[in-house]
Amino acid sequence: MSASPTASPSEPLLQVRGLKMHFPVTEGMIARRHIGDVKAVDGVDFTIGRGETLGLVGESGCGKTTMGRCILRLEKPTAGEILYDGVDIANLGRRDLVALRRRIQVIFQDPYSSLNPRQKVGSIIAEPMKVHGVEPDAARRNERVRELLSLCGLNPNFADRYPHEMSGGQRQRVGIARALALNPEFIVCDEAVSALDVSIQAQIINLLEDLRDKFNLTYLFIAHDLSVVRHLCQRVAVMYLGRVVELAECDELFDNPLHPYTKALLAAVPVPDPSVEASRAFQPVQGEVPSPINPPPGCVFHPRCPLAVADCRRTRPELRELRPAHWVACSQVA
Amino acid sequence: MPPLLEIKDLHTEFRTGAGIVRAVDGISYTVDPGETVAIVGESGSGKSVGALSVLRLIPDPPGRITQGQVLFDGRDLMALSEEEMRNVRGGDIGMVFQEPMTSLNPVLSIGRQITETIEQHRGHDVAAAQARAVELLGLVGIADAERRLKQYPHQLSGGMRQRIMIAIALACDPKLIIADEPTTALDVTIQAQILELMQNLTRRLGVALIIITHNLGVVARYAHRVNVMYAGRIVESGSAQALYHDPRHPYTMALLKSVPRLDRPRQARLDPIEGQPPDLTRLGEGCAFRPRCRFAIPHCAESKPPLMPAGAADQLAACFRSAELGSLADKVAGAAA
Repeated sequence: MSASPTASPSEPLLQVRGLKMHFPVTEGMIARRHIGDVKAVDGVDFTIGRGETLGLVGESGCGKTTMGRCILRLEKPTAGEILYDGVDIANLGRRDLVALRRRIQVIFQDPYSSLNPRQKVGSIIAEPMKVHGVEPDAARRNERVRELLSLCGLNPNFADRYPHEMSGGQRQRVGIARALALNPEFIVCDEAVSALDVSIQAQIINLLEDLRDKFNLTYLFIAHDLSVVRHLCQRVAVMYLGRVVELAECDELFDNPLHPYTKALLAAVPVPDPSVEASRAFQPVQGEVPSPINPPPGCVFHPRCPLAVADCRRTRPELRELRPAHWVACSQVA
Repeated sequence: MPPLLEIKDLHTEFRTGAGIVRAVDGISYTVDPGETVAIVGESGSGKSVGALSVLRLIPDPPGRITQGQVLFDGRDLMALSEEEMRNVRGGDIGMVFQEPMTSLNPVLSIGRQITETIEQHRGHDVAAAQARAVELLGLVGIADAERRLKQYPHQLSGGMRQRIMIAIALACDPKLIIADEPTTALDVTIQAQILELMQNLTRRLGVALIIITHNLGVVARYAHRVNVMYAGRIVESGSAQALYHDPRHPYTMALLKSVPRLDRPRQARLDPIEGQPPDLTRLGEGCAFRPRCRFAIPHCAESKPPLMPAGAADQLAACFRSAELGSLADKVAGAAA
């Protein structure tokens, strides 16, 4: 039995401990008074093992993207530790960050806005190699670009095209090729398949799986689509309003969800089968996600929770290991 | 009972620099009173343009409805004057669009946007329209209506805004609501709330609903009948039951197989539809799905297959091989195993 939610089954590559990312909210045009904080991430712990894929799910505003940006160090966290391969990267300086980014890369959601429209595909993929001084020889670099393109299922001649000449799925493949250019070991996939059509989505999911196996990649897979997360991930963390409310092995989480929010989330996903849907009594969870500027006291989910009791309004539940390696932040489930 | 809406051979095209895009290339379907019909398809399949064409909301230029009839409640909408058409939109036919932030006017109060519709179409005075607006907000589950009516769109959450859109669509007791991806921009728990609301209201008030979506789960949960579109045409249509359990077009079949499902054990690997969606400016003679179809035969390149009866009663599929499709799929699965 693991002793804390930061323990992981295999050798840990990334450990997040007590991470907080608060964005100040100010008022007034000239004298900007600090009137509060958006607590985008408010005390998160998890670990990702080498070669593992951890899914991070939740609705908009739950802090999952901010979490990813903290790990990429596109944000400097307010508090907490991010241990990457044993080194705390939460406070690294600029020079060390450049070295770090050769090892950690990102795939973004929108294949339209994440590629420069004025740059040819070949130059987009070569850019990280130029920035980091890998493959200084132009001919070798072009060879590498062609290799990356065919690795991602594209014709190597696409290097001479512009992004607007390609479909959404092809552009996402370019984004993936760019992320692979530096041979990273860890990739943050931030809603990497959400903007794609169903038929193309499956292609990209398969590609991500193939690349993971081939290069022993570690993924943080941030998504809101639960069926995709279930397909791709080994462990899953569910976030709500800046906190992890449940964390477990993938099959365990989907077969035995314990937190009322996870249950509500799973029930809300319609299944593509009219018979299954007709036989399922369905009651959507009421209410909306509260503001992260002024989150509810106690358990953040209590205003929408069917199990809430008076104590939930006062005491913030911590993650407890209710079953082996299955962590839940709820005082009402056992 | 005659259908409420009957679309016959509708064609809409866009003239672009790259050539003529046949966004809607001859679609026909009907909607009965009180029925929920889903139009399913991927981006560029023509599902939105088809619905906008019904309301004659295609910007001209570059778009143009070149052919077809839209019979709504006995009248051909294509033959109406612009003035008469304005009375239909928001009157007998309500609309709910995808993006509630951009489809509401940011500088008008919620109340004004609802009462405007009522005053325009029903000629109510301000007080009567206001009373109706309060009633509508109650109907769509917004508490504290008086206060909400004074607010502006930016003060509301995405789910609230979509409730307002539904209130506006319902304002004049429409017979039909066209909802274009009504929940795509919303979170999954809010999506569930909005879809339940739409289903309850359309049932209770007897309003027919055309719901345009790419989400196969939403279709399974809410639609009576389904039209699947690909490259501007309906490739399969039928009851949701028939279509999901015995699809007769290779595209429908492949689409259903390509999504991971929460109610089934995890698969080792997804079965995607290979290739890319077609370029609508160069569709050519044959079936548009042919380059991605694993059952294509030479005949498929010669002419476009028309919608033909297949499978269950009322089920139609535009595929030359729809009759043998079930056994063909088994063979492919057997060969792969």
